[in-house]
Amino acid sequence: MLDNLTQRLTKVVKTLRGQARLTEDNIGEMLREVRMALLEADVALPVVKDFIARVKERAVGQEVLDSLTPGQALVGVVHRELTELMGGQSAGLNLATQPPAVILMSGLQGAGKTTTTAKLGKWLKERQKKKVLAVSCDVYRPAAIEQLKAVSQQAGIDFFPSSGDQDPAEIAAAALDYAKKHYYDVLFVDTAGRLAIDAAMMAEIKALHAQLQPIECLFVVDAMLGQDAVNTAKAFNDALPLTGVILTKLDGDSRGGAALSVRHVTGKPLKFAGVGEKLTGLEEFHPERMASRILGMGDILGLVEEAQRNVDQDKAKDFMQKMKSGKGFDLNDFKDQIAQMRNMGGISSLLDKLPAQFGAMAQQAGGAVEEKSIRRIEGIINSMTPLERSKPELIKASRKRRIATGAGVQVQEVNRLLNQFEQTQKVMKQFSKGGMAKMMRGMKGMLPGMR
Amino acid sequence: MFGFLKKKDGTAPAAAEANKPSWSERLKAGLARTRNALGGGLGGLFGGAKIDAELLDELETTLLMADCGVEATQWLLGELKARVKRERMESPAQLRAALIEVLQELLTPLEQPLDVANHSPFIVMIAGVNGAGKTTSIGKLAKHFQSQGHKVLLAAGDTFRAAAREQLVEWGRRNDVTVIAQEGGDPAAVVFDAISAAKARGIDVVLADTAGRLPTQLNLMEEIAKVRRVIQKAEPSGPHEVILVLDANIGQNAIQQVKAFDKAIGVSGLVLTKLDGTAKGGVLAAIARQCPKPVRFIGVGEGIDDLQPFRVEEFVAALFDDATA
Repeated sequence: MLDNLTQRLTKVVKTLRGQARLTEDNIGEMLREVRMALLEADVALPVVKDFIARVKERAVGQEVLDSLTPGQALVGVVHRELTELMGGQSAGLNLATQPPAVILMSGLQGAGKTTTTAKLGKWLKERQKKKVLAVSCDVYRPAAIEQLKAVSQQAGIDFFPSSGDQDPAEIAAAALDYAKKHYYDVLFVDTAGRLAIDAAMMAEIKALHAQLQPIECLFVVDAMLGQDAVNTAKAFNDALPLTGVILTKLDGDSRGGAALSVRHVTGKPLKFAGVGEKLTGLEEFHPERMASRILGMGDILGLVEEAQRNVDQDKAKDFMQKMKSGKGFDLNDFKDQIAQMRNMGGISSLLDKLPAQFGAMAQQAGGAVEEKSIRRIEGIINSMTPLERSKPELIKASRKRRIATGAGVQVQEVNRLLNQFEQTQKVMKQFSKGGMAKMMRGMKGMLPGMR
Repeated sequence: MFGFLKKKDGTAPAAAEANKPSWSERLKAGLARTRNALGGGLGGLFGGAKIDAELLDELETTLLMADCGVEATQWLLGELKARVKRERMESPAQLRAALIEVLQELLTPLEQPLDVANHSPFIVMIAGVNGAGKTTSIGKLAKHFQSQGHKVLLAAGDTFRAAAREQLVEWGRRNDVTVIAQEGGDPAAVVFDAISAAKARGIDVVLADTAGRLPTQLNLMEEIAKVRRVIQKAEPSGPHEVILVLDANIGQNAIQQVKAFDKAIGVSGLVLTKLDGTAKGGVLAAIARQCPKPVRFIGVGEGIDDLQPFRVEEFVAALFDDATA
């Protein structure tokens, strides 16, 4: 499953190596692979067809750079086109109206409307200091109103109570009135999930739209959606003047081709992406990353961001200080480093984000085993006394025996850890003496491809 | 609504007899959109004079559009082409019959109705990604088992999502079924309580809800595996059925979902929901190819009776019904 487009194309173009241009002849077969990759990523077929035609137009005649194979060159074109297709108009919510700015949420059942409402509310409240009110017009699903009430509370936004025996229009009118009288900046109107073919329900939301005149009418769509995304998006787009799309459940492992389908059909900007169940799990939409994801090329940027988010900045600064001063890198720091790595979700979650071919390689090198041995290292360090941790040179045979028993491992394991630590310490010393440049020179021989 | 009863034991009351057409009508109505996309497209296709590359191309498109996935589509087409050659088919009508046959053969292993009579209490654990329709399906399942004359108990194991418990309690109220729920707390503990209660009260079927989770959330997957282990502790022979609820709108990720949940909790059956939309449910073909699991029920509407046992013949027939008309 992990084989990515670049790899597959490479297979196809083995015979093509050395061709200087992409021509109609040599990309035919490759485009077929692109088509399959897109279909597997759940991009809808009509969209795929349009897209392939577009790529073909752009790609033919392109020079293949020296360092690239024709396959890589084509992937470059595909990636660029995808990014362009999904990007364009800037994201963000438009609230430039006489308050309250009404935001209407629409979508299928189970798309994540209610959760997204709370996430957006929290986002507006915290980032833009808006006074936010949320109201639920979902009088159909049991406990839908309670759900919005609960998540609103968690998000710290105000909730306008409604009940299941009221009429949605009535609720909306009352909420709007309340929002006006209490000077709210933003009013979120959550609606019931509906199928686009359910004429009665679509008429209801149309009426709601006419009544509320929302400045933003958002379409919430599940990133896992399949081929049918086109029909759904089209139907909603026809019925409602949508102003934007929010993609949810992007933290799953779907490739998210629905993003492209929806964007293509509605022409409306993808404004936000929902990741995770926590109310902070809302990101601005990054077309470039989405393109990589659809093509199965991994999310390196996401990885970097996650690292930034999870690494404790203060601790990192402390650590840098220590490294610079050239002494005092002890087992405590060693353990901190390991703990930080674990904070980032452990090795296996890092592997998931790597491009497919690296991921597969790392997996072969024993990703899962690694995780275990890291836990073991932590265990061993935890079995040492604070003094031993700060002065590892104290640890001799009898202490080693005690530590080994405490951690439930063999003495050899303790030795291995100490060796490992010593090596790290050496590197750190080198680093503090000669700085980066020297270290890089030292590593030259070790890593291929570094000059 | 007694349609399934009738099928099961053949001793349907007169009322059920009268209801029968409405049942198959409902299935047909629910799948109408599926049919229009798949069958409707095919109806036009098969009207032509002969089997040619163009026809096969169109067929491929239609299957892909139905979420069958690349692999299953190619397999179906390969199989069809082989038959065309072997049996020297010439007319598109023959091809249509062959396609129905191939689809039926592919899907038949998935048709295994759920029999809850062999254990008491029969413990059903329900899992799925967020928003697949787990809680709603439980409400419908409760009604289904009740109408078969079983005593049902619901366990509100979704302690995470806001108001999930209230939603299940409401379903319990509508069906007049006891719901075991706790304020907050551990999902495994709720389920354990429910099983003890079921034993004490002589309940036939326990339906255990769980919180929705994406397969990438490893710690949450671990939590759900724990629920399974706790069920085993409470009742060594259980859980007797582990149902994964799939949304028919979901694309090829459904396969990943089946694999991931199977790895964590050993899925023994599927429920495919939201088939009344424009989604085609073609993903069943992909599932049949890559990770076959019995499909226990399909959801074809929002009404409480709109969850029906999966029957291949009717499913395929409903897809192709009046496609040639």
